[in-house]
Amino acid sequence: MTTQFKESIETALNNGNLTGALGRFSEAYRISRAKAYEGIDFEAVRDRIAEIKGSASSRFEELAEQFKQKAESRGAKVFRTADPDQVKQYILDLAKAEGVKRVVKSKSMASEEIHLNAALEKAGIEVDETDLGEWIIQLAHQTPSHMVMPAIHMTKEEVAEVFSQEVEEGQTPNIPKLVKFARAKLRPKFLQADMGITGANIAVAETGSLVIVTNEGNARLVTTLPKIHVAIVGIEKLVALLEEIQPILTALPRSATGQLLTSYVSIISGPVPNPDGSPKELHIILMDNHRSDMAKDPKFKEALQCIRCATCLNVCPVFRLVGGHVFGKTYTGGIGTILTAWFDELKKAEDIQGLCIQCGSCVPLCPGKIDIPGLILELRRRLVVEKGQSLAMKAIFGVVNNRRLFHSMLRMASVTQKPFKQGRFIRHLPLFLSDLTDFRSLPAIAAVPFRDMVKAIVQPKGGDKVAFYAGCLIDFAYPEMGASLVKILNKAGIEVVFPDDQTCCGAPARYNGAYEVAAQNARENIKALLETDVQYVVSACPTCTVALKHDFIDTFKSLGVTDPLTLAEAEKVSAKTIDFSSLVKKLVDAGRLTFKEGEALGKITYHDSCHLKRTLKASGEPRALLQQAGHEIAEMYECDTCCGMAGSYSLKLPEISAPILERKLKHIKDTGASKVAMDCPGCVMQIRGGLDKDGAPIQAEHTAELLSDRFL
Amino acid sequence: MNATLEAFKTRAEAVSAEVHRFTGRQEALAFILGFLREAGVSAAPQCGAVWVAGTFLDGTVQAELHSQVPGISFDVTQEASAAAKVGVSQLDWAIARTGTLVQDATAVEKRLVSSLPPIHVALIGTDRILEDMGSVLQHLRPDQFNYISFITGPSRTADIERVLTIGVHGPEQLLIVVVDEFDRVTP
Ligand code: SF4
Ligand code: SF4
Repeated sequence: MTTQFKESIETALNNGNLTGALGRFSEAYRISRAKAYEGIDFEAVRDRIAEIKGSASSRFEELAEQFKQKAESRGAKVFRTADPDQVKQYILDLAKAEGVKRVVKSKSMASEEIHLNAALEKAGIEVDETDLGEWIIQLAHQTPSHMVMPAIHMTKEEVAEVFSQEVEEGQTPNIPKLVKFARAKLRPKFLQADMGITGANIAVAETGSLVIVTNEGNARLVTTLPKIHVAIVGIEKLVALLEEIQPILTALPRSATGQLLTSYVSIISGPVPNPDGSPKELHIILMDNHRSDMAKDPKFKEALQCIRCATCLNVCPVFRLVGGHVFGKTYTGGIGTILTAWFDELKKAEDIQGLCIQCGSCVPLCPGKIDIPGLILELRRRLVVEKGQSLAMKAIFGVVNNRRLFHSMLRMASVTQKPFKQGRFIRHLPLFLSDLTDFRSLPAIAAVPFRDMVKAIVQPKGGDKVAFYAGCLIDFAYPEMGASLVKILNKAGIEVVFPDDQTCCGAPARYNGAYEVAAQNARENIKALLETDVQYVVSACPTCTVALKHDFIDTFKSLGVTDPLTLAEAEKVSAKTIDFSSLVKKLVDAGRLTFKEGEALGKITYHDSCHLKRTLKASGEPRALLQQAGHEIAEMYECDTCCGMAGSYSLKLPEISAPILERKLKHIKDTGASKVAMDCPGCVMQIRGGLDKDGAPIQAEHTAELLSDRFL
Repeated sequence: MNATLEAFKTRAEAVSAEVHRFTGRQEALAFILGFLREAGVSAAPQCGAVWVAGTFLDGTVQAELHSQVPGISFDVTQEASAAAKVGVSQLDWAIARTGTLVQDATAVEKRLVSSLPPIHVALIGTDRILEDMGSVLQHLRPDQFNYISFITGPSRTADIERVLTIGVHGPEQLLIVVVDEFDRVTP
């Protein structure tokens, strides 16, 4: 990571106005979004959008040509180009030919993508943004920090100051007055402009129509008053049929601003009369700029389903801490990372791709059905392929790749940590590693790993067999979680086997783009897990469970592995894999496990781990078990928001991980519960460590530990 | 009140539009003239009302309206609209589900009166309110009309600290007058 990037994060985190405003916004957003979708089947709507936009991006060429023909037959001029410089040249030539001195613009991200304003100003043309947020940003000489609300990072005081400095002295931080001021100052600009520039939210090939969505009414003026209208439209805005605008117009305002519809929607399908009666000149520029390259990429084609609603920014635990500017100049947040890599260059995404904590919060809410974290992971993989892994990472993966070496190092660590260890935690780490214990205590490496411990447990024989995949954390830091799991399954008469050759699940390597290492881990694990014939492969770590169930196959596929045997074995492991709570719930439901009766265990709160909730879709099971055991669940606010652990993320970006954890701890404490349960040893490490540092008398436990003594 | 009208009114009011419903045209007209007077429309500078005449005014003598409220002008220009206090126009369709008004706005006058003055008075027939956008697009097809406008409440922004503020570049007040006997002259 570059120092400059680290510094920009630092600056953002220290900006209390920014983090405060974004934090409050993300909370209010979820509520208004949910209200706007009342009575609407969101899944059905987004299925339609994904289908419409997915099909459009498979035939950009055809649709762009159809659009051009249609629009031209109705009197517009359509210019198609792949090259951003040609877009600028076209507009400059047109401005010159028509003697254009003044331009008003309504919001257009495509124009920002190609830095149009600078080009126009250089040619001596006055350009005014008219969307209030964009105008503020323009006057402040900044770039937008959010795709829908460009100036969300600024306070009213800052806006008043910018207005006073750049437009007229003496503006006060009174929002209605500031808005009135903008209206008054921009009105003459609209009336005097010779050219209006807009973007478009949708372009309909069938009818040659542009659909423009705004709230302020500026786009109506921009397309009405000046005699020339130029629309810059990225080809990803194309849809085939008129009827296809409806699902998009259903989702866009609801997801973007919690509105049923924006104040204005204009559908422009041809030149219209100017105020003086002359016909308007309508120019539509269909810009490619790598969009058709993206459409040809089997993975990234999906990103063209984006409708730019910014939900993935609003619900992102990282975005709400650092805001948009650390992401870059035009497109921000999760999807912005992906668009920047394509529209700009892959290298530009090198630092920012690391911001995604892979929590998946954006995935179920994306109206374009885009797997944003999945695509960011793919960027990461390609960057590693292109640039190679850093030396430090190489050294780490060199170790992880060699199970014997890795495990003997972990055993050794349990000895060498002694000077730093106090009870369950490591208190300090030497020198540069001390950052890691700054905001939470780290667990001590267990003296006896689970793989040794399990050998001493006497188990029922002759009944069902289940293989336990422990994962590194349970094996070496929290063997007691493994012991609890064995105890519970034994009560159901199940023998738990522990394949000794199991190794790291490969998630750390995969999440760092080292797919070759992840694939090697996958191969070893598949071999180990298929050695004994078992009914299930159970894991008490959701990240490992996801690795076994989904990632092994995906890693192989990403690397182009086609060997049918390898894939079939990976499928076999996947089919047998189940997470701890889901398995135990099944056993309870089948009557194979019975809870002790009449236990009153008091109030407990539950933290949903990202992978368990969003990938494995298990959120009811652990809660039901805890309740049946005798606990009363006191739900915390944002129970399914990431705790900030995310594997090596907390090592690479501790400055972001720490405040995310802080929020989580606050929400846990607010419930008044004396215990917090979760199904992930990584979350236990983060939250238990955080609570220890914090001094709060709350116990963080894995559900397996909480249940181990609860069955007859 | 029929259910569609009711739904339309609820939705439109939820986005800060005002909705008034009348049975007959004369009643509605009297209300509008009263509203214009109340709003301070007069022959004085910056106090005019620009009105795009439509079927609603069939059979009404325009000079008569002008004599009742002298600020009213039926000669809609950019200058007159930019200086006017109120713009009045007739809308073609409405959408109950979102409280939206829809119009073939190809004629520039229709756009001028609904976007430049701070107040927009929108006239619509009760039978023109349909259930959803799909039904409206069946009647008002973009392959036949070059500029179709959807208007849902007054102009708004939340660009400064996300505080909702009504009235930016477009009208800050939207008055919707729904008339049952819109196209018929009541004797
Ligand atoms: S990726 Fe999805 S959530 Fe993000 S802006 Fe695009 S459509 Fe909205
Ligand atoms: S997965 Fe989480 S961190 Fe990544 S973009 Fe989505 S919400 Fe943000």
